[in-house]
Amino acid sequence: MIVARKKDVVVQPLTHGAVVIPPPVPDADPDAKVRELMKKTYKEKKLNRSVAGNGLLFGIMIICGIFMSLPLVMIINNALKPLDEIFQYPPAIFVKNPTLENFTDLFNVMSDSWVPFSRYILNTIIITGLGTFGHVIVASLAAYPLAKHDFPGKKILFNMVVLSMMFSWTVTQIPNYMIISWLHINNTYLALILPAWQYGMGLYLMKQFMEQLPTSLMESARLDGASEYRIFWSIVMPNVKPAWLTLAIFQFQQMWGNTGSMFLRDEQLKPLQFALQQIAAGGTARAGASAAVTFIIAAVPIIFFLACQSNVLETMTTSGMKE
Amino acid sequence: MSNPKDIRDALANAKNAETETLTGDYDVDDIVIDDDDTELPEIGDDEEEDDLASYGPDTEELSSDAEEDADELLSAVVEKKIAEDEEKAEAEAAAAPIAYRATDPSRTTREAALSAVANDEIAKKQRTLRYRIKRNKASYVMMAPYFILFFCFTVLPVLMSIALSFTYFNMLEMPKFNGWSNYTKLFLNDDIFMISLKNTLIFAVVTGPISYILCLLFAWIINEFRPKVRTFLTLIFYAPSICGNAYMVWSLILSSDRYGYLNGLLLKLGFINEQKLWMQDANLILPCLIVVQLWLSLGTGFLSFIAGLQTVDKSLYEAAALDGVKNRWQELWYVTLPAMKPQLMFGAVMQITQSFAVADISIQLAGNPSVNYAGATVVTHLLDYGSTRFDMGYASAIATVLFLLMVGTNKLVQKLLRRVGE
Repeated sequence: MIVARKKDVVVQPLTHGAVVIPPPVPDADPDAKVRELMKKTYKEKKLNRSVAGNGLLFGIMIICGIFMSLPLVMIINNALKPLDEIFQYPPAIFVKNPTLENFTDLFNVMSDSWVPFSRYILNTIIITGLGTFGHVIVASLAAYPLAKHDFPGKKILFNMVVLSMMFSWTVTQIPNYMIISWLHINNTYLALILPAWQYGMGLYLMKQFMEQLPTSLMESARLDGASEYRIFWSIVMPNVKPAWLTLAIFQFQQMWGNTGSMFLRDEQLKPLQFALQQIAAGGTARAGASAAVTFIIAAVPIIFFLACQSNVLETMTTSGMKE
Repeated sequence: MSNPKDIRDALANAKNAETETLTGDYDVDDIVIDDDDTELPEIGDDEEEDDLASYGPDTEELSSDAEEDADELLSAVVEKKIAEDEEKAEAEAAAAPIAYRATDPSRTTREAALSAVANDEIAKKQRTLRYRIKRNKASYVMMAPYFILFFCFTVLPVLMSIALSFTYFNMLEMPKFNGWSNYTKLFLNDDIFMISLKNTLIFAVVTGPISYILCLLFAWIINEFRPKVRTFLTLIFYAPSICGNAYMVWSLILSSDRYGYLNGLLLKLGFINEQKLWMQDANLILPCLIVVQLWLSLGTGFLSFIAGLQTVDKSLYEAAALDGVKNRWQELWYVTLPAMKPQLMFGAVMQITQSFAVADISIQLAGNPSVNYAGATVVTHLLDYGSTRFDMGYASAIATVLFLLMVGTNKLVQKLLRRVGE
């Protein structure tokens, strides 16, 4: 930066000939201040952080972290416990003699099943995959105009979505079932996928994030002749990546946990979750397999969570944009 | 707006105005007709003006284009005016030469007035509903898939449920209309509903704000770490929401014999002499459930805060440091929180929906019905009627009341949140 400035000073008198240009001293002053401060902050690693404060907060984190990780620890340990430890009383959290027996048990049960397990897995991939992907797209597509366009009916539509989240789903289940019957999509994948695409939370989440984007970002694209769809796809979506990754986590969890027993009658359409819960419901005789089931039911969304969450990185590119 | 057009416009209009004011020796009929014609684009015929079709093929084409601009519209309007006024100008110039000349000196002020009128007109046009709907066609197309599904699977069921709340419906026979009786029974004749309402309000007032602040605090602290560590920590804190075995963990901890972890610990430390019946003692159920709920509550709001923190513009922190922000707490209040207000709003709504809808943990840990209804919440009560007693009409009435309660709370909270960072 400093080099560039010196160059400026040298070049300008040459091009302007006789015109004397005053050295940019008053101009450079605030810049220099910022630069000095930046240098300081990078040496200090971060702005406004005291060591004592760090210590206090991280202490709290460790204590709470142990407490919060209990369910994870228990699931993993239970899955590794041999049968005698599972039935041990009082129950212990940690496993003494870890074994993989429970998993071999589970696979034995699975290989006996009437509908092959690969079919359940395929069903889950279709339902969860389409449900998650479709919801992210459909909700984001609707959230963009709600956040950034001004059109009649915008407020009403948005408020309806927010308020709809407050109505207890227990009582809407029966009307929902009736509507799905009317649409003749009962006992198809669509009965699970289509309702999943319109969850209010996804739209609300995306709208809130898109609202933060500077409008000038879209204006400049519009001036360059980009259509609204193009703006949505190549400007808005990359900039709200943390939002849709987070939404994907929520939605995946929701879809993965769906047994579909309300709408799917055919056994060969049911998702993995249903089959696994049937195994886990086997009671004492299948206690080992059921511990393994609990592990798998938790492990899949955790893997998805890690894949998404590790990509939730800083995306904001506003530093170049001045409103 | 180009000048010559303007002038021509001004001429025409001013002349008409003059006919009204200056010339008393004209026929009354004449004046009336003139008046009518000049007023046409301004106030007289709003409906005709709003109708885009009346602007001829030129405008029709424009209006079909969603990207239509104010400039284009303006020129279209002016052009039309010119065409109209030119005819009249000719006719009137012949009819009223004196008036025509009289306008000349004051043309500039009239011109200004006219352009103001034209601007007004364009603004009015942009405000008309049909124009705005046509202009935002792309917006509606983008929203269509979501909102079609939303109306089918959310709006319609909710409306049907509200309608059911005015009926007796046992899921076997057709619903029978019974007016407000579900509601009167709910408020006047249902002691358990009152207990559950009280419990729900306690839940909401205690767990709502606390878990909201916890979500924010943990998200904020976790955000200080490097990405890999951050992912791991997020998983740990989100684990209760993702694992779905809260019941397993807490039934071990709150087990009522001396082998329960909490009882064992307290006995060992000498705080209690005999084991507590955590989930069977009416006085202990609610506090225990509140703790469990808090533990479970780092869910949706928490993750959205983590994501929200990623979108805060980093240059804001440097600017704030220059402006005299001294420590992390000031930075949080004056920079971070205002920058993530949309996420705060979102988190608040999610918090409300969660803390008013507590039911699962109560049913799993305390049972439904719980001892002396100490763990009853509005939603457990609703489930009791909906899925045990099959009285869907009554359950719908409960849901409607709960809905109104949440909507009211939401209004209040949104008002509070607007003050963040002030």
